[in-house]
Amino acid sequence: MPRTIIEKLWDSHVVHERPGAPTLLYIDLHLVHEVTSPQAFQGLRDRGLKVRRPDLTIATADHSIPTTDRTLPIVDQIAKKQLDQLEANCKEFGIRCLGVHSERQGIVHVIGPELGLTQPGMTVVCGDSHTATHGAFGALAFGIGTSEVEQVLATQCVLQRKSKTFQVQVDGTLHPGVSAKDIILALIARIGVGGGTGHIFEYTGSAIRALTMDERMTVCNMSIEGGSRAGLIAPDDHTFEYLSGRDHAPKGADWDAAVTRWKQLATDEGATYDRTIKIDANELEPMITFGTNPGQGVSINAPLPQPSDVSDPLERDSIVKALAYMGLEGGKPLAGHPIDVVFIGSCTNSRISDLRIAAGLLKGRKVSDKVRVMVVPGSQEIKRQAIAEGLPEIFRAAGAEWREPGCSMCIAMNGDQLAPGQYSVSTSNRNFEGRQGKGGRTFLASPLTAAASAITGVVTDVRTLL
Amino acid sequence: MTPFTNFESKMIPLPLNNIDTDQIIPARFLKTTSKLGLDKQLFNDWRYDAEGNPKPDFILNKPEMQGRQVLLAGDNFACGSSREHAPWSLTQWGLRAVISTSFADIFKQNALKNSLLPVEVPVDVHNELVAAGNDATVKIDLANQTLTTPSGRQVQFPVDAFSKHCLMKGVDELGYILEQAPDIAEYEKASPAHINALAASN
Repeated sequence: MPRTIIEKLWDSHVVHERPGAPTLLYIDLHLVHEVTSPQAFQGLRDRGLKVRRPDLTIATADHSIPTTDRTLPIVDQIAKKQLDQLEANCKEFGIRCLGVHSERQGIVHVIGPELGLTQPGMTVVCGDSHTATHGAFGALAFGIGTSEVEQVLATQCVLQRKSKTFQVQVDGTLHPGVSAKDIILALIARIGVGGGTGHIFEYTGSAIRALTMDERMTVCNMSIEGGSRAGLIAPDDHTFEYLSGRDHAPKGADWDAAVTRWKQLATDEGATYDRTIKIDANELEPMITFGTNPGQGVSINAPLPQPSDVSDPLERDSIVKALAYMGLEGGKPLAGHPIDVVFIGSCTNSRISDLRIAAGLLKGRKVSDKVRVMVVPGSQEIKRQAIAEGLPEIFRAAGAEWREPGCSMCIAMNGDQLAPGQYSVSTSNRNFEGRQGKGGRTFLASPLTAAASAITGVVTDVRTLL
Repeated sequence: MTPFTNFESKMIPLPLNNIDTDQIIPARFLKTTSKLGLDKQLFNDWRYDAEGNPKPDFILNKPEMQGRQVLLAGDNFACGSSREHAPWSLTQWGLRAVISTSFADIFKQNALKNSLLPVEVPVDVHNELVAAGNDATVKIDLANQTLTTPSGRQVQFPVDAFSKHCLMKGVDELGYILEQAPDIAEYEKASPAHINALAASN
């Protein structure tokens, strides 16, 4: 029977299926970070358990890490304790840790692919909902809670119930100024933040095939914002080219065997999905969110919805509440709205190509004197690459801050945060109330839109600057 | 894990759609390395003003809500991050069940592992519960998978058999998975290429 890539990945990782229990699924790669792991390691200690496969486990520090000079001591003592705890736990349990001072440190979803750890055909988990990012490589990758982190550490397995399959077919060609971020924001605006609940996305179609690996990661990263725990793309030549020569990618004859194997993963002709949605890339415009969940997004020049347009009372309440929190009026477009901060970074958009795009627009220009602009690379490797290409000079000359790698203002755990009432245009993935700092107000958008808005000081359609 | 027993309680009505985990417990409180003491931070930014004083109009702060064990939330409850701090803070405050029309996937799994029952009901039942007001009582019977509404209507809710068993017996899943070790070893022994690729290099 023809199978989708989702089913192939599932089938190849079933340890066993027992009546009355969920499937026991094997995990090939377990990524660990400081925030969701301490209680899991403590659980192992309490039971006297070891880590079953330290060789399939790797840790880094990203969420609570400062993005200021790393040679200075960490000021936040609670964060410092958590970071120290990660290093101590990894040492005790024999796990490789790319910690605060590692040359390979970075956002967990950036370094997995960068090091070639993430490979097609794998199952990948991490105590982080943006684990969906790794699906860009044709891996089944999903976020788990801390209890499951403990389970995977101890057994290399999780108990899973099979999700339904959801094809997101994107055909056509993106216009200049429109990017991968706009594809995923448009999808979520269309299906809503709960639209993919119980499903796994497979992104297909000519517009997806045309994306680079960095762009595919941007799309897959925000699958969870559409309610889907995982979203993936069948591997192809872009995937193989990206992986070739990476630290952990197979070499020599192993590489050839791997590529042969990976080519078998694509969805079979005739396989069916539980749901399908089609998006025409030709019709997409730069997207921006106006509300307090990532589904509350519109094309940049479109008027915001009026609560009176919404018939469902709870849905209407959520629009009213969102507009009130955001200090916005329905019926008007967001373009032209003043902003205070621009954040370019996060596991969604902190890769070298994102930085190049932002630098390309900022080169020879100045950011608005009303706006603080933070550029936070996703990893030490990206930072080195950016330096080699002269990008930090471009950012600094434009008046932007160039910072150390980490999650930074995406989650505002490390002191990088909005003040109450401030507006940001952010390349990150969540615009929930207070996500970027208590009382802060977030407009999610692409790196192009963020860079354009940084220059003008207001929400800007980048196409006016191209 | 404590076995889950039947109970009845008045509901805490918070029928907003898409309540995300950043509202349930803001990220800045996730720097803790403990599971405990999170009840104080539940719904922190809705619950306290800038000076840290409880906002009297927020539902959780009303005196009559104290001690209640069921939250009535809107659709797609606890979307967003995978933080298990969300169910930890809800249960530490004293909640034993959340009623909604749907739950985010990761949260649902996290809740079930912490004796917090996600009770999924159809829209019409949800409407009835919301309309029942601030002092309405529901009964939750896990063995029979029924919710008794304030009007006395019994409504079935779904729970998979395995989670139900674990909840009722207080079994934790890790114990069960550890018992499967021979099968896990067998799977590894077959050396699927996707495992070997990484193991050799890391």
